[in-house]
Amino acid sequence: MSMTVNGAAVSLPEDARVSLLDLLREHQRLTGAKKGCNQGACGACTVLVDGERILSCLALAVQYEGRSITTIEGLGNPGSLHPLQQAFIEHDGFQCGYCTSGQICSAVGMVAEVRRGVPSHVTADLTADEIALDMDELRERMSGNLCRCGAYNGIVAAIAETFGEAVE
Amino acid sequence: MRSFAYSRAIDAADAVRRGSAPATKYLGGGTNLVDLMRETIERPASLVDVTQLSRDIAEQADGSLLIGAAARNTAVAEHRLVRTRYPMLARAIASGASAQIRNMATVGGNLLQRTRCTYFYDDDGSRCNKRHLGQGCDAIGGFNRMHAILGASEACVAVHPSDMCVALAASDAVVLLSGPAGERRLKLTDLHRLPDDRPDLETVLEPGELITAIELPPLPFGARSTYRKIRDRASYAFALVSVAAALEIEDGAVKDVRIALGGVAHKPWRAWRAEALLRGRPATEVAFMAAADAELADARPLKNNGFKVELARRSIAAVLGELAGEQA
Repeated sequence: MSMTVNGAAVSLPEDARVSLLDLLREHQRLTGAKKGCNQGACGACTVLVDGERILSCLALAVQYEGRSITTIEGLGNPGSLHPLQQAFIEHDGFQCGYCTSGQICSAVGMVAEVRRGVPSHVTADLTADEIALDMDELRERMSGNLCRCGAYNGIVAAIAETFGEAVE
Repeated sequence: MRSFAYSRAIDAADAVRRGSAPATKYLGGGTNLVDLMRETIERPASLVDVTQLSRDIAEQADGSLLIGAAARNTAVAEHRLVRTRYPMLARAIASGASAQIRNMATVGGNLLQRTRCTYFYDDDGSRCNKRHLGQGCDAIGGFNRMHAILGASEACVAVHPSDMCVALAASDAVVLLSGPAGERRLKLTDLHRLPDDRPDLETVLEPGELITAIELPPLPFGARSTYRKIRDRASYAFALVSVAAALEIEDGAVKDVRIALGGVAHKPWRAWRAEALLRGRPATEVAFMAAADAELADARPLKNNGFKVELARRSIAAVLGELAGEQA
């Protein structure tokens, strides 16, 4: 009864009430994912499950047996930053930093969705096989990640630069 | 959160067997139920995880589309047949919640999500007949700009929060159920209840009954459909009013039409009256407005939500006008 977190096997909690976020933060001491609202409204707890972005605060850890979880610690580390982490630094994509882990995990999942052809609220042509990640698409698709410092311009610039081949 | 027993069903029969125990709830993605459990508004003794049940999306021999109840919202919205044949459904899903939540939430769970009425959530400070039948409703005399204008009662003015269900209501979707008494089929428009004097009962599901799939019957003019959502923010907010509609025009007249409204009632609101008025009539803005007026004739706005009547009226006409324009 285990899942994989950043490549390492992790046992499922005995208490079914434990959220995936609490399992990561309190049991595994992976404090990159943040507890902002703890009710699915802010996106600070975003992690990747088999490459898909989800909210770990609303996820019961026991539901994720056998799944592969990637947190911000699994994307990059000091000395070997993920290109998007580096871009957040260069573009001032944060002030307090509390939302940043969620923003970055969310953006990585978001780009995979665009490449797969998942439509968004602002996608004009639903029949198109390819979706261009323009600024409207980028902002709409990142709307589940709030930044109370209001660093959105830097966040958008960092994502656009990193995933440039997908951005018009 | 109260402690509970967790188990995972391997198939529908296994789920129903487990789900028939007292105080048991089925668990999908958890995006609504886990939150309500944390608030102790939901207090199940046990949860049966049904996310391992069918999530297939497949065309059937008669041209209908069968969607397993465990399919994630994202999977439905991105499916080619949904995007091309039922664009109003793809658009409705894409306008709901956030991408992270759509990746978690299942189709079955979306249908059974509970109202976002703030008084329903405020267990410590507010009266709510949905939480405690007979307690009273603080929304009726309270801050109620998000609440119902159609089909509400003296006991409850809450609205159903789903976008997906509005498109399903307009699509004549059928809900496939499995329960202790066997299997049955229900029209989606018959699944949810109006509050009447029992707002605690939100659907007609029997105890232990499980949604196993949704069936979308062929809708030949479904490709000419859309979904419009009006909300307080540009994204990631519940609807003030939403409209799902499909329109077929022949020789300048409405040959067939489907309309459903969200954000206005305790259930996804199929606009039967407007549809009946429009069939055979000229596809003009005047006719669209008249149909919208007829649908909203019984609207009973509350203190803070009178704007919804005009908003719904204009939105219906605008969406039909947009669909008619595409065919001009």
